[in-house]
Amino acid sequence: MIAELLAKSIRLFSGVQARWIGCRPDSTQRVYFANHTSNLDFLVLWSILPREARRTVRPVAASDYWQKGRIRFFLANFVFRGVLIERQKVTRSNNPLTALVAILKAGESLIIFPEGGRTTDPEMKPFKSGLYYLGRAMPTVDLVPVYIDNASRILPKGEFLPIPLLCSVIVGKPIRVQPAESKNAFLIRARTAVENCSRT
Amino acid sequence: MHGLDFRLRAMVGGVFALLIVASIIGHILKLRTKSDKGREVVQNLNARIRAWWVMAIIFFVAIAIGRIASLLLFAAVSFLALREYITLTPTQRGDHRALFWAFFVITPLQYLLIGIRWYGLFSIFIPVYAYLLVPIRNVIAGDCREFLARTSKIQWGLMVCVYFVSYAPALLSLKIQGYQGESGELLFFLVAVVQFSDVLQYVFGKCFGRHPIAPEVSPNKTVEGFVGGLSSAVLVGTLLWWITPFTPWQAANMSLIIALMGFWGGLVMSAIKRDRGVKDYGTSIPGHGGIMDRIDSLCFAAPIFFHLTRYYFT
Repeated sequence: MIAELLAKSIRLFSGVQARWIGCRPDSTQRVYFANHTSNLDFLVLWSILPREARRTVRPVAASDYWQKGRIRFFLANFVFRGVLIERQKVTRSNNPLTALVAILKAGESLIIFPEGGRTTDPEMKPFKSGLYYLGRAMPTVDLVPVYIDNASRILPKGEFLPIPLLCSVIVGKPIRVQPAESKNAFLIRARTAVENCSRT
Repeated sequence: MHGLDFRLRAMVGGVFALLIVASIIGHILKLRTKSDKGREVVQNLNARIRAWWVMAIIFFVAIAIGRIASLLLFAAVSFLALREYITLTPTQRGDHRALFWAFFVITPLQYLLIGIRWYGLFSIFIPVYAYLLVPIRNVIAGDCREFLARTSKIQWGLMVCVYFVSYAPALLSLKIQGYQGESGELLFFLVAVVQFSDVLQYVFGKCFGRHPIAPEVSPNKTVEGFVGGLSSAVLVGTLLWWITPFTPWQAANMSLIIALMGFWGGLVMSAIKRDRGVKDYGTSIPGHGGIMDRIDSLCFAAPIFFHLTRYYFT
């Protein structure tokens, strides 16, 4: 209920236009990976997914950010059911990949931002390797590139009051890790896939 | 009161009769057109007509409820138009706070001032106070890159989308001797002449258009459309003289000024679109584009019509 209302109001406020150019909007299990410039990114991407897909999709977020403050904690844990991962001190016992693979094995989808944090540059940062390891651990799950346009103007990094501009989300064609593909080659290909969405 | 009710009913009846005729023509064209390109044009035409039904109904409901409802309607139009305009304008990080003020403080305040009929302040609020506030807020943000360009883009947006548009519902606050205001006739007159002019320019252009009038700016605008559209708009405006405080001759002159300003408004706003490399400001009105695409001519016509009426008739 809260989630449905929230999705509606996000769509209304951000005037988001969704364009599915590479796959259909359904609840197929997927790993959506997108560029990251604003705290709104996850919200708008989440809000354009079909209702059934929203029930099984979980955002991957940094625990150092989302564990701070009660509202953030409530949103992350109860509304969006975020998977909070450690990005500062990663050890063998808290390796975030184990948790993510377990979620995929349980049949749920993920939203991740492989740049590892919000960027303020127009260019995307190089992708972190998590996406590659996920793709290799779960070779039958589609990895879907997504480009989120204008969210950083609605709510730039460091601001807390949003302005009501229009943004758009372009969902591209799914990719998978090729059997013999190296980590770097795949990460570059994945990043290019997101860039290509921005050019359509 | 009976006189006013009759006028309102006549306006509603007239517009809906036209829309029914338009819908029938649209349907006939749909059945008759065979070529793919023609189909596309007819499809767009029918989408436009359907959108006109919705817009006309919303407009009349607001007018019928009264001044406050009309003000709220135009405030919403301003807000959405500003949103489309700023989305298309490459503003920077440093503009964020100024834009927040523009959307959530300046826009509502402008309509509030009109609501309380404070003419002395609403007529200078954006050109003076908001105009100064924007660069001040931007300079506090501290980003000097392209300062002048960034600041003027926001100032322009506020002037065009908010200040100029707000003159349309401000007509409802004019007290004209021997004429009962508040019933929306003047507002209807302005909107009707502007939109008839737009529609008829489009119709004449599509039917007889040969010579582009401003090929660099808007390839769809033609000399034939301009002449046909403007003269029919003046004709329509003159025939509507009885709902206004004007004589038929005055109504004709007012209509000509409204239609001319509207034409230039459409052209100027097209130049901005062209520079940004887009065809429409948005997608919110099927067939028409965005809100800004529908009200570009109104923006330029409203303030001039308001001030002429205020100067000569109050």
